[in-house]
Amino acid sequence: MTATAWLAAVQTLLAVGLAPGLAGVVRRLKARLQGRIGPPIGQPYRELRKLLQKEPLVAHHASWLFRATPFIVFATTVAVAALVPLLAVGLPIYAVGDLIVVVYLLLAGTFFLALAGLDPGSPFGGMGASREMTIAALAEPVIGVAIFALALTADSTNLGRIAARMLAHPATAVSPGHLLAFAALFIVTLAETGRLPVDNPSTHLELTMIHEAMLLEYSGRYLALLEWAADIKLFVFFALLANLFVPWGLAVTLTPLALAVALGALALKLGVLALALALLETRVAKLRLFRVPELLSVSFVLALLAVTASLLGR
Amino acid sequence: MPSALWLARAVMLAYAFGAVGALVSRGRAGRALGAAGALAGSLAVLCLGVLVLAGGTPLPLPSLVFPISGVLLRVDSLSAVFLLIIGLVGSAAAVYGYGYSAPAPGHPVEPATGGGAGGPRPHPDPRAMGTLLNLLLATMTLQVLADNAFTFLFAWEAMSLATCLFVLTDAADPEAVRAARWYLGMSHAGFAALVGLLLLLSGGDLTIPFEVVRQATLTAGVRDAVFLLAVFAFGTKAGLVPLHVWLPMAHPVAPSQASALMSAVVLKMGIYGLLRIVVDLMHGGPAWWGGVLLGAGALSAVFGILYALLESDLKRLLAFSSIENIGIIWMAIGAGLIFLSYGLLLPASVAFAGALYHALNHAAFKGLLFMGAGAVQRSTGTRNMERLGGLIGTMPWTAGLFLIGAAAVAALPPLNGFASEWLIFQALLEGFRIPQPSTALLMPIAVGILALASGLTAACFVKAFGITFLAIPRSPAAERASEAPFSMRAGMALLAAACIALGLGPFVVVPRLSGALEAMGLTAPGPPSPPLVTRPLGIAGTTGQMSPVLLAAGLLGIVALVHIGLRLAGARAPVRRVDAWGCGRIRQTPRMQYTSAAFAEPLRRVFAELYRPTDDLTVHVHPASEYFVQSIEYHAAVSPWIDRLIYRPMLGLLTRIAGRVRAMQGGSLHLYLLYLCVALLVALLASRWLG
Repeated sequence: MTATAWLAAVQTLLAVGLAPGLAGVVRRLKARLQGRIGPPIGQPYRELRKLLQKEPLVAHHASWLFRATPFIVFATTVAVAALVPLLAVGLPIYAVGDLIVVVYLLLAGTFFLALAGLDPGSPFGGMGASREMTIAALAEPVIGVAIFALALTADSTNLGRIAARMLAHPATAVSPGHLLAFAALFIVTLAETGRLPVDNPSTHLELTMIHEAMLLEYSGRYLALLEWAADIKLFVFFALLANLFVPWGLAVTLTPLALAVALGALALKLGVLALALALLETRVAKLRLFRVPELLSVSFVLALLAVTASLLGR
Repeated sequence: MPSALWLARAVMLAYAFGAVGALVSRGRAGRALGAAGALAGSLAVLCLGVLVLAGGTPLPLPSLVFPISGVLLRVDSLSAVFLLIIGLVGSAAAVYGYGYSAPAPGHPVEPATGGGAGGPRPHPDPRAMGTLLNLLLATMTLQVLADNAFTFLFAWEAMSLATCLFVLTDAADPEAVRAARWYLGMSHAGFAALVGLLLLLSGGDLTIPFEVVRQATLTAGVRDAVFLLAVFAFGTKAGLVPLHVWLPMAHPVAPSQASALMSAVVLKMGIYGLLRIVVDLMHGGPAWWGGVLLGAGALSAVFGILYALLESDLKRLLAFSSIENIGIIWMAIGAGLIFLSYGLLLPASVAFAGALYHALNHAAFKGLLFMGAGAVQRSTGTRNMERLGGLIGTMPWTAGLFLIGAAAVAALPPLNGFASEWLIFQALLEGFRIPQPSTALLMPIAVGILALASGLTAACFVKAFGITFLAIPRSPAAERASEAPFSMRAGMALLAAACIALGLGPFVVVPRLSGALEAMGLTAPGPPSPPLVTRPLGIAGTTGQMSPVLLAAGLLGIVALVHIGLRLAGARAPVRRVDAWGCGRIRQTPRMQYTSAAFAEPLRRVFAELYRPTDDLTVHVHPASEYFVQSIEYHAAVSPWIDRLIYRPMLGLLTRIAGRVRAMQGGSLHLYLLYLCVALLVALLASRWLG
């Protein structure tokens, strides 16, 4: 394997390995902001280890699809992590799938997770599946138009090239089109990763759950895979926001120093985003389900304005 | 290439053999002859398509193939793409139809419940099904080979009539009769438009070859008229909103191999006609032509999928989803025409390649899905999803194959629906190159609509698969379902394999499609346009590239690694079966599950403005106290208001006019003879005055 292939593999493993840690950081920050001490940052890792050892329970009526879904969801999420530039621009792996592929891979994970929610025949699973697909469907056009805005400024949907283009033309980073697209994608990130105000990741009431309701029947190693995949998804969305809109720090040349700088920059950017998320989740309450479309239409308008601004600013 | 000519002859012979064979022999022999003829003919059509696409040169077929004077046939790469569609779905439908037209396994008749999902009826005559299948395939083959207006019209009408007979297979069903009436009415309105546009195009002589038409110069006004007539004629055939009303009625009532053919192939004849007339014969037009197609396509895409979402009749759901996919194809063609009008040849060819690819892909997955729905209906006696469920246990093959189709239609990578939608996205993303900002701004909106449609499709097919195949059976019929016979599974497996192959191999398919683009005259005058394929295993659009093969390998690799990793980590405790969590309730019954209506409820509320639903809640309380509720009745209905808005006034007007006209009908022979003479006189005078 060549150096670039190794780097791509390292990048992916980094995302998979650090993702639970990022979730732990967000949890810890949130707890501190709310005046609690909170669990240690390593807590998600301990939970995963514990879940892996446990005996999985599966509902009587669940089919093979229920047991296959955790693998499918985990695989699509890791594949997405492999396609997102974390440390370096210009790796050949980015040509395997562009931004559109990333979006549809994530949709594939959601599709199978929703099916798995329906599979055991429990009312909560169906409820979660229905709500999750509603939100996913309404978030899709926002992502589409935001991709248009990004592709327009970079003349490419290739993730590595979008970041590289931004590095070459730093002035575009503060253009109105760019800032609006960032805002739109940030709202989508909240919806897609099941965070407040769209969904509450720490709720214990089945009727208010969306993402968690689909996982309700899962236990043991299956639950571990799904929780891990959810952490990776958050990590990937943060990495997209960080490295597509603020790509500074990404290694252009593959020297050890540049890669070390890239790693530091990534940690810094993810930390800032985690703090922003924790602050937001402390400040806002969960929206009623039927208010979520309004939030998403706001972000759609932002994305459309972003495209218009970029189009006229060319 | 004499072999192409021989193949074309073999096609017609095989279909004729199948049609006659199915009609004259009874029982199993008749079914086998009908299926054999259709299969042999369709395989020959497939070979012909592959041969021409590989060779790339257009080829006139002397009318020996079809011995009627005035008939002109020719095959080029554009026809070849549609020959592939006919051959692929035709072969699968032939194999599937052999099992499907056999008497169904015995099961009690379910009462018809909601959504027009009737129970099983007396089985339709397999002889008629075999004959019609061969006839329909033959007329469609003729359609794409037609090289003059006369042949085109002849095949068009024959195809419409064959389809109509298929809709009427179960003539005792009032739904079917109603559907057939609507279908006949709409397709004849379309036919009238088609006659008009072909007369305008060919200057009055319907037998001149299309090559002459291609060279003809028309005034801008005539061209615009031809374009609008083409939108109407091909829109009715393809099921474009608001010309779609017949489609959700006609597709579900036909036998399933016919529904599969109608959705997967017959609709594509509208796409073929549009490309042949507007792009090939007229070389595109002003930007607003593309705008009209883009808008109509966008409307169809969103409306089609929104109505599919609310449907609980499985086959009607699939029919509405076809409207959506046709909308996506029209959007791509519209974008292509816009690019063409600005001279942006590369984005235009990406758009047209995306349209052709999606037509091919839609044929594969929609054919598969309709066949799956047919297998479910045959085995359970109902298409009403509220009475299905749990079929993944009793019909594992059908469930697995249907899942592949559902994932493909939801555009999940690396299946075929994704490959073509990706290309269409790539074309639309190129919209910023359009110099006029107001036109350029159409493209991001189109991207948003396409993304919304594909998100809603994912939701819709989670519902279609999840409610039909997963969880606990909702009726005794669903509980007793049995797997479809081998031939039906084989037909579905063929299309499922096509879904996977077309998804993994865009780098093989797309370069062949560019041959079809050249047949439509889409080649730059100067240097050759850059190839769409730049990487060995992937495709390149205009702004990005992807490789479905590497993606699929990566996904499989990760699943294998996770599996090994779990073993190594010691996570191998055996699975224990338990009850589902229900907050402490004792027993889980099928009635506790989410239903099809419940699944779609959030989206129904979000899009209430578009649906205009009517809800009707009646609570019956005890006469002594209003706190004792005895029963609650709830009815929710969504009636398509497009029908109400457009068709009802029109039908009222037609009925009134027809009432007036009836006054002429006196019943006296002398009166009729007088009419005849007057009409003749008027015609003669008119011809003298006009001529």
